[in-house]
Amino acid sequence: MVSKESILSLLDEVCDPEIPVLSLADLGVLRGVEYVNNEWLITITPTYSGCPAMKTMEDDILLKLNDHGIQAKVHLVLSPAWTTDWLSQSGREKLKEFGIAPPEDEVDKSVLFSKPTIVPCPKCGSRETKMVSQFGSTACKAHYQCLSCLEPYDYFKCLK
Amino acid sequence: MKNEALYNYVLRLGDDSLILGQRLGEWCGHGPILEEDIAMTNISLDLIGQAISLLDYVGEIDGQGKDHDALAFLRFENEYRNALLVEQPNGDFANTMMRQFLFDAFRKPLYEKLTASSDAQIAAIAEKSLKETRYHLKHTSEWIIRLGDGTDESHQRAQKALDLLWRYTDELFSETEEDLTLISLGIVPSMSEIKDQWSKTVMSVLEEATLVIPTNNWQFEGGRRGIHSEHFGYLLSDLQYMQRAYPNMKW
Repeated sequence: MVSKESILSLLDEVCDPEIPVLSLADLGVLRGVEYVNNEWLITITPTYSGCPAMKTMEDDILLKLNDHGIQAKVHLVLSPAWTTDWLSQSGREKLKEFGIAPPEDEVDKSVLFSKPTIVPCPKCGSRETKMVSQFGSTACKAHYQCLSCLEPYDYFKCLK
Repeated sequence: MKNEALYNYVLRLGDDSLILGQRLGEWCGHGPILEEDIAMTNISLDLIGQAISLLDYVGEIDGQGKDHDALAFLRFENEYRNALLVEQPNGDFANTMMRQFLFDAFRKPLYEKLTASSDAQIAAIAEKSLKETRYHLKHTSEWIIRLGDGTDESHQRAQKALDLLWRYTDELFSETEEDLTLISLGIVPSMSEIKDQWSKTVMSVLEEATLVIPTNNWQFEGGRRGIHSEHFGYLLSDLQYMQRAYPNMKW
């Protein structure tokens, strides 16, 4: 029988379809790997309820494991609810390198009024940035622009 | 008794999310600005995601093998239990924001209470959905203030929306006799608690927005009993078209 470690290392190669630098473990979506009733049970949790990438993630997990002759099932749990606190440190670094600002660990206070969270530009590091929209290209991201280098970028918004 | 009560209760939650999600989705490609177009469709996506979890649970309680798709696409009009508020047409941007605000202000305290439900699945769905609902309420509250306390025209439009939609708000808090069983079992909260919190949120935001609650407090109800407004049939024909035209088709 394959070990849990080898399953985990195979799963390290399964990435978020929208953010291909993040593995499901980095993202905190992968919640458990267990051997139950002669098959591997992989537990995942959605980032947002309606995240359309969940089905792809499930399929990608099964595809990866089946490719290696491993029987598995994917189980989706809602509780405890996903939070950006589960994003790994290496995941945060990878996000930044990829051009997406990692969560600032502060929930957005305001949409239209008061100062939104300061999110440094992932390209030039400037703190002179502005939020263009609290809702971005996917449910988990907001849209920002750097006022120093003018780069528009995504911010992986903080969810607690 | 408990199962039937639970079935009906969760169905109402699921249908509210589904129908409002469908309405917001109609804005896709039509938003007044790109950012709001994306915001409304993001909120729509959250609501439809919540509807999937809720309707799957309805199917599980029912025990007849129906999944969320079967429930979303293959019921007749009078079998939907959403409140009349959520099926009201989008109208202009102010009207859509007002409808969403009145609903979010209701959903947030409801989900807060449901996270403590003695039913583990309801508690889990509520915990997940609450985080999203907080974002939604923040977004709509600020838009209501900006529109109400904005230009003459935006104020007028926001006030008109409030005048039009206020009549559908009481129904959100309606309670059936079988709900009392669920309340006594600690599965759901009493609606009077939710209404108190809703009123507080709504009053404070409307005041800041310089909007006034209409003096005519005539209230409509019916959606919770399957009696819908005329708009609903049109919405359903859009929603159900693919499954009706091509039964069992998969996307």
